[in-house]
Amino acid sequence: MATLAPEPPIVPAVVRVHHWQERLAQGLLILCAAALALFLFAPLFMILVKSVQDRSGAFVGLLQFREYFATPSLRQSIANTLVVAVIVTGVTVPLAFAYAYALTRSCMPWRGFFRVVALTPILAPSLLSAISFIQWFGTQGLLKGLMGGASIYGPIGIVLSAIYATFPHALMIVLTALLLADGRLYEAAESLRTPTWRKFVTITLPGAKYGLVSAAMVVFSYTVSDFGIPKVIGGNFNVMALDIFKQVIGQQNFNKGAVVSLVLLFPVFGAFVIDWIMQGRLQSQFSARAVPYVARPKPWFDYAMLAFCTVVTLLLLAVLGMAIYTSFIKLWPYDLSFSLRHYTFGLIDAGVISSFFNSVKMAAVTALFGTMFIFGCAYLLEKTTGMPGLRALIRLLAAVPMGVPGMVLGLGYILFFNHPDNPLNGLYHTLTILVLSTVVHYYTSSHLTAVTALKALDNEFEAVSASLKVPFYKTFFRVTVPVCLPAILDIGRYLFVNAMVTISAVVFLYAPSTQLASVAILNLDDAGEIGAAAAMATLIVAASTLVCIAYAAVTRLMLTRTQAWRKPAPAA
Amino acid sequence: MAATTYLDLQGIRKSFGKFEALKGIALGVERGELMVFLGPSGCGKTTLLRIVAGLEAQDAGTIVQGGRDISRLPAVDRDYGIVFQSYALFPNLTIDDNVAYGLVNRRDGREKIRDRVRELLALIGLPDAGPKYPGQLSGGQQQRIALARALAPAPGLLLLDEPLSALDALERVRLRGEIRALQQRLSVTTIMVTHDQEEALSMADRIVVMNHGRIEQVGTPREIYETPTTPFAADFVGKVNVLSAIVDAGSTCRVGGVALALARGDLAAGTAVKLYLRPEDIALSVNGAAAGVANTLPARVAKIEFLGAFCMVGVALDLPGAQPLTVNVPRHAVADARLVPGSAVSVSLPPAALRILG
Repeated sequence: MATLAPEPPIVPAVVRVHHWQERLAQGLLILCAAALALFLFAPLFMILVKSVQDRSGAFVGLLQFREYFATPSLRQSIANTLVVAVIVTGVTVPLAFAYAYALTRSCMPWRGFFRVVALTPILAPSLLSAISFIQWFGTQGLLKGLMGGASIYGPIGIVLSAIYATFPHALMIVLTALLLADGRLYEAAESLRTPTWRKFVTITLPGAKYGLVSAAMVVFSYTVSDFGIPKVIGGNFNVMALDIFKQVIGQQNFNKGAVVSLVLLFPVFGAFVIDWIMQGRLQSQFSARAVPYVARPKPWFDYAMLAFCTVVTLLLLAVLGMAIYTSFIKLWPYDLSFSLRHYTFGLIDAGVISSFFNSVKMAAVTALFGTMFIFGCAYLLEKTTGMPGLRALIRLLAAVPMGVPGMVLGLGYILFFNHPDNPLNGLYHTLTILVLSTVVHYYTSSHLTAVTALKALDNEFEAVSASLKVPFYKTFFRVTVPVCLPAILDIGRYLFVNAMVTISAVVFLYAPSTQLASVAILNLDDAGEIGAAAAMATLIVAASTLVCIAYAAVTRLMLTRTQAWRKPAPAA
Repeated sequence: MAATTYLDLQGIRKSFGKFEALKGIALGVERGELMVFLGPSGCGKTTLLRIVAGLEAQDAGTIVQGGRDISRLPAVDRDYGIVFQSYALFPNLTIDDNVAYGLVNRRDGREKIRDRVRELLALIGLPDAGPKYPGQLSGGQQQRIALARALAPAPGLLLLDEPLSALDALERVRLRGEIRALQQRLSVTTIMVTHDQEEALSMADRIVVMNHGRIEQVGTPREIYETPTTPFAADFVGKVNVLSAIVDAGSTCRVGGVALALARGDLAAGTAVKLYLRPEDIALSVNGAAAGVANTLPARVAKIEFLGAFCMVGVALDLPGAQPLTVNVPRHAVADARLVPGSAVSVSLPPAALRILG
């Protein structure tokens, strides 16, 4: 028997022969890493370099930071930014939690309707809410009297607009956390005669804890990073995102802009790191066997929740509705008769309509190529083997964009791609660079969606394919893509909708011929064309809504067509 | 024997960081046999299988399959079919397409592929499953399809990675008979990994007992069960009693001051040894019925566990040290002898069944 054979002589360490297919997969992965390094890491690194140089390019160490912190107005905007962000977070998260609680734990009617309406702010650029609040509470606002002499132009306007814009983001996260709750915990508590308030404190809140922290961090980062809202409704109230814009566009001082960017990066990246750690802990909290919680009717509670959701929904619709209404009337508040002149005269005749088509084109290209790249990269990362160091690097790079404000990314892009020595500087001002920056800006969420979908697949598909001598890419197209199609479409929709409304990264990168709709709103508002600005915002909402409806229709159709294998009837 | 060795492993080592998963494995698998890697989780059996498949790269050692050195080849260039615990069937492809997955790649004619798929589905007893999807079949049926898919390209080696672990008890017993019959009919050289000793005993031509990255024993199921060569093998496969004893002069030893006869006499007097014997090898009697039988010791019943066909009777020797023993007694015998906890009994330990290990 071979087991009794003498010990073999010492053999040298085994060096594996690599099949060309493995080489191909590894080569593609290297390309992915190179792309992320070029379009994410390099621009951010340029900011770091510029922040320690003066305008002539000489190294000055931390001098610019010292100057920055010595300027009272800039110091003031740090305080302003943080105060506003804390207030917005403090209002939005409890509001979103109550709303999500109503959707998941009550038996009130029309829960589906309430859910859809609450998510509509995602379809609108953040500028829309600012315009709408000006129409409601501005100098000529309908409800100006409610302001009691205070001005909407300033912190109040920023806070209200930001609450509107961040509400759906917080809601989605908290909703997911509440939906993950294990119904058996509540049954166990009931069998122990636990009172309702105690179930809430000991089961519901701890279960939603990570979701709440995550939502708070997202709302905080969004508010700190957003530049559109303070630009439109901020008046003389300075915030950091606006400072970057002023330094770069107003004074052409890129180095000072880089300094502000780095300072802005601190709170956002801090929030991101907290969230990341929390997500890591979350993994172990839920067992796969959790039984979903099913709410039981409690009339008094259900009606209270219905009333609450109705009020919130009406407020949300009032914001969106006012913007749409503004776009369809002649002149607020003097002539309220119906008119399409903001569309025909304000957008088409003024030639601004092209920026809407630029946006649609940019969003479509972003959705198409962004989805292909992000899903492909996630696949190579999760399902092929070799080069563990490079994989760790890509995972890290993919996580970074979530912690980088759009303004910072945009500035990095100018610094890096507008550099005369960069062979890629031909990209500057093109639609391509807008697409690239948008894909990178929204990379992390899309990447996580792709990774989650891929992790749900059996780990051994690739091993089985190899044993059957089928190349990995064949299995990718024949099995992986069809099975992951819902997630792939979801990524595409997410990228499209965000590309339609994004402003912070692209505001530095467009040329007159590649101006986007969201930037056009900003410029129209600057020129006092608030009706045309509202019309443009309405067009964006309409386009995103159409895409979402198309997504829902395609998904439903696909699920019915593939029902045989996706949701099989229990085996006889 | 070496002439028919199909798969030859020499000096296989593998570490994951500081953890040594395999510490130099040498093993020969003969053509057409079903060899089972048996051991607790973490013993390295799955790592060894994945190294044979080329899914993991060994740190050192050679693998020769059918005379070809495959040590450095990637999985795609090796010749084997594999079945996983999770089935790993492609959910969006029909059963026909799943089974044909490895055939399409060989550019066989469509007719030929269809015939081969039909042949395999008939072979595994699911001739009508073709147009269905994996999700529409039971776990056992899915595992049979996975087997058909692995066998479709007629590989020289079949690897089964805990193929029955995800199935319920009844299905598991049924499928292990079917897999064994199929394997013998096709006489395909097969390696199966399992932690289930019953599965290993019932299916294997030979069993490799593994522990902590090493091979403890290789042998037929009977050899492993009847003549284990290491304490681990004796303990892991089947139930075993362990008695502490001191060797006397000649071929006897002492347990609690009483002399026991042994089948071997090669140990030095005064050595402390452990005696291993199976519960069913012990004869239990009452009222002195076993007077005169060799190695009969007094004992007292401690507990009786009813297991259906027989009872597991726990006794303690009525000697200094009161060492415990487990004895398998047929259900009727327990009733006839009116055994209850506390009953005085005698236990006879046949010298041939007493093994000294370690």
